[in-house]
Amino acid sequence: MLCRVADSLFWMSRYLERAENQARFIDVTSSIALGYRGSEQALWSSLLHAGGDAEAFLQRYAAPTRENIINYLLFDRRNLNSVVSCLTAARENARSVRETLTAPLWEAVNRFYLRVRTDAAQQPRILKQPHQFLERIKRSAHQVLGVREATWSHEDAWHFSSLGYQLERADKTSRILDVRYFLLLPMLHTGSEQLDVVQWAALLESTGALQMYRRTWGPIQPARVVDFLVLSPTFPRSLRFCIDAAEATLRAISGNTTADPQNEAEALVSETSRRLASLRAEDIMATGLHPFIDQFQTTLNGIGAAVSGTYFQIPTPA
Amino acid sequence: MTQTAPNYDELLTPSGVPRHSALSECLAALSADVLAERQKLAEEELLEKGITFAVYGHDAGTEKIWPFDVVPRPIPAHEWQQIEAGLKQRIRALNLFLDDVYNEGRILRDAVIPEALIRTAKTYRPECRGFRPPGGVWTHVTGTDLVRHHDGTLYVLEDNLRCPSGVSYVLENREIMKRVLPEVFEGSVIAPIDDYPERLLEKLLSTAPADAEHPTAVVLTPGIYNSAYFEHSFLAQQMGIELVTGPDLFVDRDDTVWMKTTRGPRKVDVIYRRIDDDFLDPEVFRPDSMLGVPGLMRAFRAGRVTLANAPGTGVADDKAVYQYVPDIIRYYLSEEPILSNVPTYLCSDPQQCAYVLENLASLVVKPTNESGGYGILMGPVASQDERERCAESIRRDPRNYIAQPMLTLSTVPTVINGRLAPRHVDLRPFILFGEQTFVLPGGLTRVALREGSMIVNSSQGGGSKDTWVLQQN
Repeated sequence: MLCRVADSLFWMSRYLERAENQARFIDVTSSIALGYRGSEQALWSSLLHAGGDAEAFLQRYAAPTRENIINYLLFDRRNLNSVVSCLTAARENARSVRETLTAPLWEAVNRFYLRVRTDAAQQPRILKQPHQFLERIKRSAHQVLGVREATWSHEDAWHFSSLGYQLERADKTSRILDVRYFLLLPMLHTGSEQLDVVQWAALLESTGALQMYRRTWGPIQPARVVDFLVLSPTFPRSLRFCIDAAEATLRAISGNTTADPQNEAEALVSETSRRLASLRAEDIMATGLHPFIDQFQTTLNGIGAAVSGTYFQIPTPA
Repeated sequence: MTQTAPNYDELLTPSGVPRHSALSECLAALSADVLAERQKLAEEELLEKGITFAVYGHDAGTEKIWPFDVVPRPIPAHEWQQIEAGLKQRIRALNLFLDDVYNEGRILRDAVIPEALIRTAKTYRPECRGFRPPGGVWTHVTGTDLVRHHDGTLYVLEDNLRCPSGVSYVLENREIMKRVLPEVFEGSVIAPIDDYPERLLEKLLSTAPADAEHPTAVVLTPGIYNSAYFEHSFLAQQMGIELVTGPDLFVDRDDTVWMKTTRGPRKVDVIYRRIDDDFLDPEVFRPDSMLGVPGLMRAFRAGRVTLANAPGTGVADDKAVYQYVPDIIRYYLSEEPILSNVPTYLCSDPQQCAYVLENLASLVVKPTNESGGYGILMGPVASQDERERCAESIRRDPRNYIAQPMLTLSTVPTVINGRLAPRHVDLRPFILFGEQTFVLPGGLTRVALREGSMIVNSSQGGGSKDTWVLQQN
């Protein structure tokens, strides 16, 4: 497969996944903000931190109000991570490689983009009541995933797309866990206070994990929430699951059936996978979740760069 | 604009009798509301499928759907046989001509065509001198423009021998017709067109360099901002081959062309290039081209890669050379041309130029080396000022202009604001030339949506229709 095409498929998938995560984060935040007893502003601002967009936001908006933040995250074209920007980029990437997508897959991506573009015309109404809009985004994103699953051969194109989804999910789950945990941490340490179950449940829901968590663990306990989102070997948005899946994907791409990694990207994911398999949530919390996630983010960036160097950026031979 | 003679309508005779009764009956059974609704459905489908073209001169990435009209344009079987035979004859002669001008130059020595006319054509490529492409195929793909005048005669308006586009719309229009207006197919047997991608792929592979055992073909596109990008990706997808951009390819020291893949370089044998000659290879043509591949002409001349169409074919569709095509047919084939040429005045000839300047008000003036309808003066509808500016341009560079009488294009009923109204059309059949020449039945019917307008180009308010070659009436 052409290097350029692999690159575009990878990014098409990352942007699609990013848009869905953005929608889910906003939806869950809108819901818990109602009747919230802490600082609502801090709650909304945490979404900016999750996307790494706080500074850019403050340069453009007077105040971190709910509406400003939702607008920035959904519609602002100057924000490269807004839903509208993500879908424009996903669609642009898809368009540049549409001959490698199945026709239903291309059409699903194109429809997703067109719907959001049409809806975006009703910006003021959506900012007041975003739920239905966000629900449609999630549904369209899932439709793309379904069409992808049902129509596309599991060959190189599929694998590079999968890799995009896997790395983006690992990134988004780790970021939302980082910023929400930060908000919940003070309450955790006051000891006497009752556990804010609603907030912990919302954190799970931000990654669509609540229902699956309940089936595994039942009652909500902070260490188990961290365990589920970081170390679950079966939940599709946990860090460990995504890394393991990325390892399988990279091996499928290189055709590597040996125990040893064949390139830098494989070496990095394989090492990370082993590490996650050996950790316990209590250990992570004892040494601090934030430094752990910081390091995880650095590793993810390293994997991205290694994939790019191995597969996407091939210099023209002199 | 005043018409001196009534239009030729492709569906109705002047006395109002249907030329194709089954189709006319089906159309008559549909109410204006239903037609308008189906028209809307067709447009929604085009948008969702992303069947769009980029519009130049707007923001980068501005895409539009190409308006599609649901009323098809029928062509009777007996008439199509004539067209097909005429096109095959014409393309064969033009390929012999190209081979000759870039090699022996017999036709110039025999003074059938003035040598100066060829040497001064901007599209003449000295780089191709002495070259013979595999199988003698210079123009793998041609999209000849035909128009029907009010006298009922079909004329060849121009031979598009470089990178003619539009075939993807032919195939997609048929698909959309079947989905949104299945009723009108009743009672008609129509020549299928679905095998075009298969035929194109065969044609590309069959002209691969002889030493390529399992040849690899690719489509080369300027990229997603090109107006025909949809078509490039569509054809690559339909043929199951890679769609590449210039930077995806490189030429090594042995003049071999490679594409950069995730599994390392892969050899490329045939390039269906949708990039103009000028941008193909910055080492040879425009050095500022970012779209091309350095060294590609070297590989081509060494016979290491096939370019479809070959560079240099533009000289045969120079609008001044056009006038000589009937002579070219007689010269190489010793046959009379089957299809008619539009009478053409060459401004490079002082006598003809004088005539053109005196009669600007009744003529159409065209630059010899432009396409897409750019730079054309329609004498009868132009303002005095426009005509004067045109005359000025002709005097400055007579070689660059030709003139033709204004033809009245035939019409086909078209859905306009929910009702049927006649609109002018042309026809672009597609020809795959080779040992076995293939002509796609029908072709692209373009329609000028503005009342009275004869400009059918997509860039200037044109739309398209499905074209039916009827198997039986």
